[in-house]
Amino acid sequence: MIRVVLPAHLRTLARVDGEVQLEVTSPVTQRAILDALEAQYPVLRGTVRDHGTLKRRAFVRFFACEQDLSHNSPDAPLPEAVAAGDEPFLIVGAMAGG
Amino acid sequence: MSKIRLLVGTRKGAFILTSDGTRKKWDVAGPFFGGWELYHLKGSPAEPDRLYASQTSSWFGQVIQRSDDGGKTWYPPGTKPEDLMGPDGAPKGESNMFLYDASAETGKPLTTHQWYDGSQRPWEFKRVWHLEPSLTDPDTLYAGVEDAALFKSVDGGKTWKELAGLRSAKGQLWQPGAGGMCLHTIVLNSGHPDRIFVAISAAGTFRSDDAGKTWRPTNKGLLSKYELPDPDAEVGHCVHCIAMHPARPNVLFMQKHWDVLRSDDAGESWHEISGNLPSDFGFPIAVHAHEPNTVYVIPIKSDSEHYPPEGKLRVYRSKAGGNEWEALTKGLPQKDCYVNILRDAMTVDQLDPCGIYIGTTGGQVYGSADGGDNWTPIVRDLPAVLSVEAQTL
Repeated sequence: MIRVVLPAHLRTLARVDGEVQLEVTSPVTQRAILDALEAQYPVLRGTVRDHGTLKRRAFVRFFACEQDLSHNSPDAPLPEAVAAGDEPFLIVGAMAGG
Repeated sequence: MSKIRLLVGTRKGAFILTSDGTRKKWDVAGPFFGGWELYHLKGSPAEPDRLYASQTSSWFGQVIQRSDDGGKTWYPPGTKPEDLMGPDGAPKGESNMFLYDASAETGKPLTTHQWYDGSQRPWEFKRVWHLEPSLTDPDTLYAGVEDAALFKSVDGGKTWKELAGLRSAKGQLWQPGAGGMCLHTIVLNSGHPDRIFVAISAAGTFRSDDAGKTWRPTNKGLLSKYELPDPDAEVGHCVHCIAMHPARPNVLFMQKHWDVLRSDDAGESWHEISGNLPSDFGFPIAVHAHEPNTVYVIPIKSDSEHYPPEGKLRVYRSKAGGNEWEALTKGLPQKDCYVNILRDAMTVDQLDPCGIYIGTTGGQVYGSADGGDNWTPIVRDLPAVLSVEAQTL
């Protein structure tokens, strides 16, 4: 199972506590995780990536294994530790600054 | 005895304020959707416990919320398991999907508008500014969005379809102002069910007489000499809010960027009624529930100084339909007050005497149970208030 950590606001919206566990078929990519996440929690459609373009929203970041993967291709395989469920895939709200 | 429910949208959540008909003691519930911007909440006139809310965030986008029990519980419509099952057996979750119509079948709508540098730029959805439920059907409602467009749902907010004809009304000339290019006002009238007025910053007012299929600009008489040098410009006017009394559907009142105006011919022409106001810049405008010629505005010092003149928060009332205005000050701060009242943050209830309510960017909600003669703070320390709507139950 793939582990996904949502930001607090999206956990509230999806009505979940803690990590989300998802079944994702190989290869495990950003797109595959987000497809599975939105299928399981339809209310999250449009909140992580744009409804029309399916691009990552500007102030949402993707982290895993202490790396910022936000600019990687959505179809690039994620680190093996994420695919194996050893490390979570983190969806993060960007810092607002100020 | 009747009851009043105020739906308050703020920068950091929604609040519901309730009182009995005396409007003296208020209960405060919330925050709902804490941490999110609640641009607007409104109840269905046909089914008052059906509420809709626009929940939005720069991080996570747009969420439409719906309550079927007067605000006790909420859910994004279309996300219940029994709703709109998709081919994979999961709900489609389309209630947050506002996609501009680019199909040829519905009039080949324009796909670009004017940008600051004079170039054309594609429409890009940002958020829902205003929700306007149908007067007769609780499952039908309209959404005014940024970038400016009008959407309609006929299934209680589960899915949305753009009324794309609006963008054909010289949409290529619309250009965002500093506050964004938003459709913020939607006016319906039960006597003319196919007629819809909308107002857009900074494009103007528009009217449809065929339930939203086709539209035309209705801005004749609007003058904005410093922002718009062409006195005959059909679009490009920064209309901040328009209001109508339901018993007099051909009379509209407008708070423009500068100027307060009135139309007596359903928007065909406008004339200024600023009269003796200390400033004719402002955001909201409202009409008394039982006196169609009694109008309220809140003057703000200027376009660059968004606070009351002289630090005195004054609601101005005209009982003559404009031009002659009186300051309503009792109970409102008359020194060192530098808050603003945004376009959707003034509303009236339907009781007699008519109640009127305003919400400020300083987080106060003030109410008057006597048409504005006397005001009291209902709550003082909310986040910045974006909208206030009153329901008379």
